[in-house]
Amino acid sequence: MRNPISRLMLLMILLPLSFAGHTAADIEINTPAIASLKQSMQQRHSQLEPYYERGAVGLTHDGLIAMRDANALPLSARQPVNALIAAENQDRNALYREISRANSHPEWEGDIRSTFGQRWIDLARPGWWYQAPNGSWVRK
Amino acid sequence: MTKIYFRAGLLTLTGIFLAGCVTINIYFPAAAAEKAADKIIEEVWQLKKPEEGVQDADKPAPSQPSMQPAQPAQPLQP
Repeated sequence: MRNPISRLMLLMILLPLSFAGHTAADIEINTPAIASLKQSMQQRHSQLEPYYERGAVGLTHDGLIAMRDANALPLSARQPVNALIAAENQDRNALYREISRANSHPEWEGDIRSTFGQRWIDLARPGWWYQAPNGSWVRK
Repeated sequence: MTKIYFRAGLLTLTGIFLAGCVTINIYFPAAAAEKAADKIIEEVWQLKKPEEGVQDADKPAPSQPSMQPAQPAQPLQP
């Protein structure tokens, strides 16, 4: 271990190991794009929340939301709620894409989407509806 | 002279081995992603505040999977 080549080899082994441990540790979510998506979704949530509770809107298994029961809404509310759902899904799709991009792994988008899909459902309030993997609606 | 070739070969092998390690490391970090998702969802749904305070005003139906079963609503009634 005294000659320089052996030392270099040792360095080559140890250096990437510490680096590997570091890169596996966490996922970058602190970017301006992600922050603005979060803010826009947070503002929209206060409008959407009553519809989750009424069962008109539910969480899909692929990390989005959908109209579950339009009959739970008066006719006049259906169009605005559909617009809310479309805007929310646009933000959610952008969020999954941005996270995968912020971590320099665009190919992770699908994995991130399914991770979120599971966590939205896990953290949903009792009484809200979500979609099982087979497509059927379940009340939490 | 052969010793130098031997060492050069060893060095090359080490390099290939390490490149392999780095390649293998590009897996999807599921646990970290879950943590990141929780953080974002908590912010978007503002879950932290109601947990600390009292959860009220959202109990519309009788059939609820009971999270906190024993919570006497009116402990004392004269």
